[in-house]
Amino acid sequence: MVQPLGYLKESASQTAGPYVHIGLTPNFCGITGVYESDLGTTMVNDRTLGRRITITGRVLDGTGTPLKDALIEIWQADAAGLYNSPSELRGSADPNFSGWGRAATDGETGEYRFETIKPGRVPFRDGRLMAPHISLWIVARGINLGLNTRLYFGDEAAANAEDPVLARIEHRVRVPTLIAAADGDGYRFDIHLQGEKETVFFDI
Amino acid sequence: MTDLSNRKPETGAFFSRDRLWHPPGLTPGYKTSVLRSPQKALLSLDGTVSEITGPVFGHSILGELDNDLIHNFAKPGESAIGERIIVHGRVLDERARPVAGALLEFWQANAGGRYRHKKESYLAPLDPNFGGCGRTITDADGHYAFRTVKPGPYPWPNGVNDWRPAHIHFSVFGHGFAQRLITQMYFEGDPMIWKCPIVQTIPDRAAIEQLVAALDWGNTIPMDARAYKFDIVLRGRRSTLFENRMEGN
Repeated sequence: MVQPLGYLKESASQTAGPYVHIGLTPNFCGITGVYESDLGTTMVNDRTLGRRITITGRVLDGTGTPLKDALIEIWQADAAGLYNSPSELRGSADPNFSGWGRAATDGETGEYRFETIKPGRVPFRDGRLMAPHISLWIVARGINLGLNTRLYFGDEAAANAEDPVLARIEHRVRVPTLIAAADGDGYRFDIHLQGEKETVFFDI
Repeated sequence: MTDLSNRKPETGAFFSRDRLWHPPGLTPGYKTSVLRSPQKALLSLDGTVSEITGPVFGHSILGELDNDLIHNFAKPGESAIGERIIVHGRVLDERARPVAGALLEFWQANAGGRYRHKKESYLAPLDPNFGGCGRTITDADGHYAFRTVKPGPYPWPNGVNDWRPAHIHFSVFGHGFAQRLITQMYFEGDPMIWKCPIVQTIPDRAAIEQLVAALDWGNTIPMDARAYKFDIVLRGRRSTLFENRMEGN
């Protein structure tokens, strides 16, 4: 016999289901008067530092059909590369930037949209700088455990080329699935859940 | 966003997720998963600062009735119809330490199994006094509680005669983005748990049982509401023992 480690097991995930909006974006689905506004709809204010951008896109299933019932959360550093989190030990992040956003895909078009800023670079575990990126978490009906991916920026070719996470992708043909294309004032990022264009998802 | 404790913030990376314990992506008995599950392997990424940090929410976001689903959508003086229950428990990490300041959001159908959502077409009626959403933040010991009515089971278009057991959806934030979790709580003694294709996406019976809330007679309020106890476990954090990381990361 050995000493028991005594660790608990993480609660198992279950799908968010088709009515995730009731809990996470109630105003979006017409349940008004309970919360003043839906959490995560506003990431920036007038004093937020950095370049304003929009992120738009769709989440597509294995047939290329957009999901009209997905929910996406994003988490990113501020313009100086600092996270608005108690676990951020490198300095104080911009108090006018939450770093976290939540958006449902449109019930008709499947489009999602975030209004945010372009993040600064943050270090990898060994201190090398990662390219600017936004972390995404995607849940929906039919997704049993939330999917994690990253958005990188198409106009950061030099930084992307030295990014230690992108460098780990063995099949180089898949790297572009994580690169958002510049599109007007922002970037477009489609997420393919399955198939030939399947987005790289992470076990974080 | 504020730190709710005086303790030094934890900054270790998280225990890796046991993906044999969680449901896999592809679970054909739950039909929608077939076209919505990745076919390629996940890329492993041990926590960088992007994963070990996460948003923390202060109490300023909460309204007075946010944890009272019996009243938060009801007309003044009225309340939702159904079995009155209190759901409470703790949010812990895998090292059994309380997760303080964790935002919990929950949503559910009404007592007849009807959701307040435009895409829902079940013939059971809406309750004009029930919205179905609530939220709260755990205290310093990781405790939370809310009041609601017990949701009813409802049919769904999967198999020809599939019904969901009574359940409440939970969305949980820990302290790091990698801890983000959505799950469902089931009720002790419900025979429908074991017939459900969504429950059956979880391979291990012990993992399912961990999602079944126990009737908590001790906390039942006489002549008012029964209580169910539901603890939630998030990923543990490594101690930062001998971690070879650059200063400032």
